[in-house]
Amino acid sequence: MAHAHTHDAAHDHHDDHGPAKGIGRWLFATNHKDIGTMYMLFSLLMFFIGGAMALVIRAELFQPGMQLVDPMFFNQMTTMHALIMIFGAVMPAFVGLANWMIPLQVGAPDMALPRMNNFSFWILPFAFTMLLGTLFVPGGGPAGGWTMYPPLSQQLGDGFPMLIFAVHLMGASSIMGAINVIVTIMNMRAPGMSLLKMPIFVWTWLITAYLLIAVMPVLAGAVTMLLTDHYFGTTFFEAAGGGDPVMFQHIFWFFGHPEVYIMILPAFGIVSEIIPTFSRKPLFGYDAMVYATASIAFLSFIVWAHHMFTVGMPLAGQMFFMLATMLIAVPTGVKVFNWTATMFKGSISFEPPMLFAISFLFLFTIGGFSGLMLAIVPADFQYHDTYFVVAHFHYVLVPGAVFSLMAAAYYWLPKWTGHMYNMKLAKAHFWLSTIFVNVLFFPQHFLGLAGMPRRIPDYSTQFADWNMISSIGAFGFGLSQLLFAYIVFACIRGGEKATDKVWDSGRPHGLEWTLSSPPPYHSFETAPEVK
Amino acid sequence: MAHATTTHAPSEKYYVPHSSPWPLVGSVSLFLTVGGAAMWLNHSNAGPWVMTIGFAILLFMFAGWFGAVIRESEGRLYNDAVDRSFRMGMMWFIFSEVMFFAAFFGALWYARNFSVPWLGGEGTRALTKILRGDNYEAAWPTDGPGDVGGDFDVIPAFGLPAINTAILLTSGVTITIAHHAIKSGSRGVLNVFLGLTIALGFLFVYLQGMEYVEAYQHYNLKLTSGIYGSTFFMLTGFHGFHVTMGAIMLLVIWFRCLKGHFTPTHHFAFEGVAWYWHFVDVVWLGLFVFVYWL
Amino acid sequence: AWELNMPVGVTELSRDIHGLHMLIFWICVLIAIAVFGMMIYSIVKFRHSQGAVPANFDHSTKAEIVWTIIPVAILVGMAIPAAATLVKIEDTRDSDMTVKVTGYQWKWQYEYLDQDVSFFSTLARDSDHARQLDSGVDPNSVENYLLEVDNPLVVPVGKKVRVLLTSHDVIHAWWVPAFGMKKDAIPGFVNELWFRADEPGIYRGQCAELCGRDHAFMPVVVNVLPQQEYDSWLAQQKGGEQAAPAAASAQTVENAAPATAAAAE
Ligand code: HEA
Ligand code: HEA
Ligand code: CUA
Ligand SMILES: [Cu+2]
Repeated sequence: MAHAHTHDAAHDHHDDHGPAKGIGRWLFATNHKDIGTMYMLFSLLMFFIGGAMALVIRAELFQPGMQLVDPMFFNQMTTMHALIMIFGAVMPAFVGLANWMIPLQVGAPDMALPRMNNFSFWILPFAFTMLLGTLFVPGGGPAGGWTMYPPLSQQLGDGFPMLIFAVHLMGASSIMGAINVIVTIMNMRAPGMSLLKMPIFVWTWLITAYLLIAVMPVLAGAVTMLLTDHYFGTTFFEAAGGGDPVMFQHIFWFFGHPEVYIMILPAFGIVSEIIPTFSRKPLFGYDAMVYATASIAFLSFIVWAHHMFTVGMPLAGQMFFMLATMLIAVPTGVKVFNWTATMFKGSISFEPPMLFAISFLFLFTIGGFSGLMLAIVPADFQYHDTYFVVAHFHYVLVPGAVFSLMAAAYYWLPKWTGHMYNMKLAKAHFWLSTIFVNVLFFPQHFLGLAGMPRRIPDYSTQFADWNMISSIGAFGFGLSQLLFAYIVFACIRGGEKATDKVWDSGRPHGLEWTLSSPPPYHSFETAPEVK
Repeated sequence: MAHATTTHAPSEKYYVPHSSPWPLVGSVSLFLTVGGAAMWLNHSNAGPWVMTIGFAILLFMFAGWFGAVIRESEGRLYNDAVDRSFRMGMMWFIFSEVMFFAAFFGALWYARNFSVPWLGGEGTRALTKILRGDNYEAAWPTDGPGDVGGDFDVIPAFGLPAINTAILLTSGVTITIAHHAIKSGSRGVLNVFLGLTIALGFLFVYLQGMEYVEAYQHYNLKLTSGIYGSTFFMLTGFHGFHVTMGAIMLLVIWFRCLKGHFTPTHHFAFEGVAWYWHFVDVVWLGLFVFVYWL
Repeated sequence: AWELNMPVGVTELSRDIHGLHMLIFWICVLIAIAVFGMMIYSIVKFRHSQGAVPANFDHSTKAEIVWTIIPVAILVGMAIPAAATLVKIEDTRDSDMTVKVTGYQWKWQYEYLDQDVSFFSTLARDSDHARQLDSGVDPNSVENYLLEVDNPLVVPVGKKVRVLLTSHDVIHAWWVPAFGMKKDAIPGFVNELWFRADEPGIYRGQCAELCGRDHAFMPVVVNVLPQQEYDSWLAQQKGGEQAAPAAASAQTVENAAPATAAAAE
């Protein structure tokens, strides 16, 4: 492809050659697939690090009494576990999927802003180096919970500014990633692909990206105020100066609640892709699904204070936040019903992605029900800050968000690598995960109801039995994930050749299945026509 | 697939750069900058140095990255789709900035409507004052029941701040004139009015600096003056920082105009900066009303 | 112990809350049976391996409307009793006595307004010894491990006790499950809650807001006594130690019924 250009930038313009050689391919990447791969591998690494921390927690909680770690270190593990799982594992995994799949699904050559795409990614390893680095400085890692409530979070040592700046970096990364997603979707769709013809995964990501842009800067603002309160004498969160510690909570949860939907909306998208494929039937109620997603996103901005019912809010405020929160069950219910209706009168087969999607359906719904219970203010006075809450959010996050990621990996791995993976092992991984995740988290409902507070390294003897079961489940679940890592790497290295369609159900619809497996380096050089 | 043969017809294909070192350089520089800042806050002597090095690399990165983009743009590698991507990207970036300011405006709103009245014995947490047992009255401005930072005066809205408002609003007009000029190809007008905008921008920053000196020296109004000082300086400070950034961006664009970049139809960089400028303008109006005036 | 559910508690509020909890729980169970039933039916009935032939319908506005309206109706049904209970909870007026509770890292201070009685309440010695890393003490050998204090809060049975909560350092939360109430103790602000225990007894709870290293080790113990025993306990306390006078009297506090209570009318 010869050009008439004389400018030096022109030489690397649109060549058809493949990836660059060596490490440069990754360090200087602009290719959406390479960046997507890096995101996902990074996220897998973080999942194991965050999971290892969860295992420290569960090991200490295996029996009453302090056996393994100092309470301070325990609190660091709880805090870091959450920060790493949320910002390091789940969010980057979804961004990685967005990178891989959105250009493929909308028929674009790449993401709209490829260099910024690489920037979004490469900030992350540095951010997490800084975050993990806090564990090795005087005062140790953050130990005030992932919610960083002042004044407690102000008691951190040298790790304090590192925590704040790490959060800033993650925020910058997320914002740039989200901008890229929005621009790609709004600007790079193949001709003929109107908004209501977009694959549902693209839709859910579009809405997620809006959420991200709206709330990550608010988190940045909140932690900036923590920083200036700590070092520069401001009093945002100190009553003596006219501020209020609870003010931080409001700002934090204005970010924090949408954040939890940031972690579930793309999951909804994935499940909505997989269920029709293996039910051999179109998605039921596509339009309703889109509107439901948008409603959830909208509502997510006006429910934040349901995390703070015990702070002493005006009665009217408590009422409002209770009612608004309960309303979210309606659009979420619409989604659950539509998925069920998609399976109804289908012709269902049970490949690993479908297994995970079905498991998601049941277990996410259970997590949603406990969420609804938490929304009832008087009941939340009992549930709040107990293991009932821990059970709730792990049900929506682990068999919810994480299972959707497993499902996505099993669904698209053959497309990405060109190889089929070991189905038997994947099914084993599914069964182990589904069984152990329930052993791990279901008893935590009982613990919470019986009165066990969260964020404690030791408990009274009445809680001993279920804790032991839960810890056994944790180790079982954690070890099962080694199988997942093995399956993924084995699939990258080789295996039976995958067809372009991959799944012989005849169903998989969407542009990604019109490309070869693996797809060409520059996805859609010429935009496909969508009817 | 064939590209147009002249250098000045835009490419048909969506331009995807092949590879670029700048994002990685940027990540390293950010890491060093904030890492250095963290070291500094932790009283390490190396902190300021690390931060300076990081910041220098950051500037280098900006120059390199934007330099590459400018070369590609002037090389007409960008088609309309790329141009649209840049526009949308800029718009959503500005929206994220709006939300950043929203956090601080939210803090101001919460303090004035909730925490300060409660501390003064009103509303849901009225008992706070009774148990504290002092005679603190809820009022605004305030530095709280602890009289944090000591008595202070506030900058009157209709002094310097009003002048600054006029300056920024005027600069909004001058940049619009410049925008019309670029569209109609009147480069002389463009250069003059863009230059004027920059001058007004820096004048604003200068006056804001004067105001801070005044506040610290004569009003005893400091960052540490309780919640009033906190919200006042954080809001005006971040705004002033954004104006400075905007003015520097305008300056870069101005040099590009002087070099003859941009065409009446192809001038995203100019528009992006202009939008940014309007954004700092609008934030200022919010500040003027809610921080200085009401 | 293998407890599965929330205990009922000994106050009206805790019983209301428990009722509410069971109500929403059973509603969720019913919905779950319907939804999961449908899913399981589809999964079993429409199996590809059994030769199921897929239908091709893909939407139904009527269905969407139905499954939007029905949940809304169910939610309204839950919200009404919840709101009623909430109003009751927030009404702290007409209390019989007031205790000020202050959280410290890591103990509680109890001050009886107008009574000149005030003391600290910390984790019992044997628990504190056993909970040290590698103490070698089996927690099962310690009675009420982690749920025992040196000086419990003592209140009379059947009286409306108003608790004013604040903190000396970071945020704590005062919680006694049997009373159904939990509220944050926030430095610089005062929160309130109330309870009226129906039966004498010792009720145990814990700090319920992460407050640092020993968050797990600042239990709340309330000893509810018959009126007479309470009176003699109080007299003994007054005779005994010299207590710092609390800043406000119960009377001023009672007169300043905050807006929450007013809104509750
Ligand atoms: C992916 C993450 C995710 C998701 C999707 C949700 C979903 C929901 N969450 Fe959850 N939540 C968290 C993550 C999440 N949450 C986290 C991380 C925390 C703790 C943070 C911390 O403190 O550290 C938390 C805490 C939390 C609290 C605070 C508890 C406390 O601290 O005291 C509350 C209270 O209202 C709540 C409510 C809800 C509700 C109502 C939903 C709803 O969206 C659920 C809706 C779904 C359904 C209801 C099921 C399907 C619906 C039907 C089948 C229709 C019919 C149903 C009915 C009519 C009932 N959540
Ligand atoms: C997406 C988010 C996410 C995910 C995926 C998880 C996953 C898990 N979580 Fe966590 N968790 C949170 C988000 C998440 N969590 C949040 C937000 C909190 C609240 C924090 C707070 O209070 O501030 C929390 C808190 C929390 C607690 C409460 C702590 C406390 O209150 O003190 C517990 C306790 O059981 C727990 C357990 C687990 C377990 C066992 C898993 C498992 O699913 C993990 C499984 C994975 C593995 C186990 C990795 C496998 C690795 C290996 C087997 C190899 C080991 C490797 C080496 C040793 C090198 N989590
Ligand atoms: Cu005090 Cu937790
Ligand atoms: Cu929430």
